[in-house]
Amino acid sequence: MEIKWYLFLSIALFCIGVVGALTRRNSIIVFMCIELMLNSVNLLLVAFSKMHLGGAIPNVASAINAQIFVFFIMIVAAAEVSVGLAIIVMMYRNTKSIDINFLNRLKN
Amino acid sequence: MNAIIISALWGVVMMFGGVFFKKSTIPKYWAIAGIIILLAANILEFRGIQIFNIDVKGMLHFDNFGLQFNTISFICTFLFFLLNGREIEKVGENVSEYFALIFFILCGVSISSSFNTLLMLFLGIEIMSIPSYILTGSDKRNLKSNEASLKYFLMGAFSTGLMLMGIALIYGGNSLGSFYINMIELGTGKMPVMIAAGLVLLVVSMSFKVSAAPFHFWAADVYDGAPTVFTSFMATIVKIAGFIAFIRLFQVSFGIIQQQWQMLIAVITAATLLIGNLTAVFQQSVKRMLAYSSIAHAGFMMFALFALNNTAKEGLILYALSYSVATIGMFAILVKMSDYTIEGFNGLYKYQPVLACTATIFLLSLTGIPLTAGFASKFYMLLAAVKDGHQIWLVVLAVICAAISAVYYFRAIQAIYFKEPPAGAYPQLDVTRNFKYLLIISAAIIILAGILPSLVVDWLYY
Repeated sequence: MEIKWYLFLSIALFCIGVVGALTRRNSIIVFMCIELMLNSVNLLLVAFSKMHLGGAIPNVASAINAQIFVFFIMIVAAAEVSVGLAIIVMMYRNTKSIDINFLNRLKN
Repeated sequence: MNAIIISALWGVVMMFGGVFFKKSTIPKYWAIAGIIILLAANILEFRGIQIFNIDVKGMLHFDNFGLQFNTISFICTFLFFLLNGREIEKVGENVSEYFALIFFILCGVSISSSFNTLLMLFLGIEIMSIPSYILTGSDKRNLKSNEASLKYFLMGAFSTGLMLMGIALIYGGNSLGSFYINMIELGTGKMPVMIAAGLVLLVVSMSFKVSAAPFHFWAADVYDGAPTVFTSFMATIVKIAGFIAFIRLFQVSFGIIQQQWQMLIAVITAATLLIGNLTAVFQQSVKRMLAYSSIAHAGFMMFALFALNNTAKEGLILYALSYSVATIGMFAILVKMSDYTIEGFNGLYKYQPVLACTATIFLLSLTGIPLTAGFASKFYMLLAAVKDGHQIWLVVLAVICAAISAVYYFRAIQAIYFKEPPAGAYPQLDVTRNFKYLLIISAAIIILAGILPSLVVDWLYY
């Protein structure tokens, strides 16, 4: 399959993530949208890696670099999940709500 | 390499030390010892002595610029620990962990001042950001701190997603398929579409990290909501490390095509300067005023990115020192005050002359009055833009904004010297003699670097 279909798919996933993160009010859903963004990047990197491998002159080193990069993204995303969910739980204990609109009180 | 490994190890030591330290005053001394070791190791590396010799396959590259920035950030952290050690103990129960998180941030700072691949850029920025989210929310019972932390976390993770997309597009768009920042193939003439999109996404995400307009909106709320001691750390060292990474990335990988993105940076700089300075004028709380002033200073630091010549690098090093020391000192004084509004400073001169005098020097330096380091660093920044010679209107705008900044800084100075203190007993501040000596030393650093900026700048060319 051509690379452009993978590109379209992951850009579409990424845009869903961006729009969701900017418009939804529930912080867990915002968080899921951000994870979607990260995973669309993973998909794109793997597709590009395959592209570099399948060219006329296979570029093995750069293909492997991208796949390693994907593992690092997964690890960092896991670290972010652990911190982020802890923050959301802490917020829920104090306000009994995970709605982002609560955040606007900070301005006053 | 020394700094990266020692700071990570010392962070682990502090983390496990939390189990063994019986009294909450002990971690402070361990942290101060750690930062001294870190500083010594970094200076050794500056002299060419590597304690750890690890083959990193060229993924990290240590040059004088990055190492000197490390030195400055460690000196500022040292000052931060000495000035605020007792306040960090008051934030919560897990004192040792706070110090551990700060050491992990320093590890991220050292990575982002020496990365040579996009992977290391990403890891460095994340290692810096994730502990910052925790530090922001460390005051667990305080709703403001919770909200600030959630906001910072969501914004930070969002900008990380943008940055990763940018990196992926740059990787796919160049035929070499390399993550090394000096091997990105830009082609001749017009940029390929994917690389251009990646470049814009990287600009947006890094602007998020350094709180440049129009992506600055989280900064004021987060800096206001976080515990004051940690605000002073995040607004100085974390932010400037973001700038170092920003400049390193753009100089090495996109420096050749500077003409094509310079206008974008110029617009971001102008917007940051205007928004930061104009909103700071209307703030009543000194903490919030300093938060907006940190946005305004981000605007001045963007000049280094705009110009990207040697003067700009010298200026950024000097700016890192002057801005960090002045802001850390000002926040250290602010933490001691019971009232964070400008009225809280009324007549400080009458009952705490040392605090009043040093606060004045810090504020004058932040304004950029001659003979302080703030003036010298602003001068270098504007000189870099003039030498570049493309957008002179930006320099004019910066000078006007520096004049506007005098309004809000001088309001605090006016309150200190010319307003009457509250009637009755003077507020009792918990200030020790050592604290005053340290403030005097910080003020002396600022004046010394203002009179002889070459002392700091010349290190770059050793």
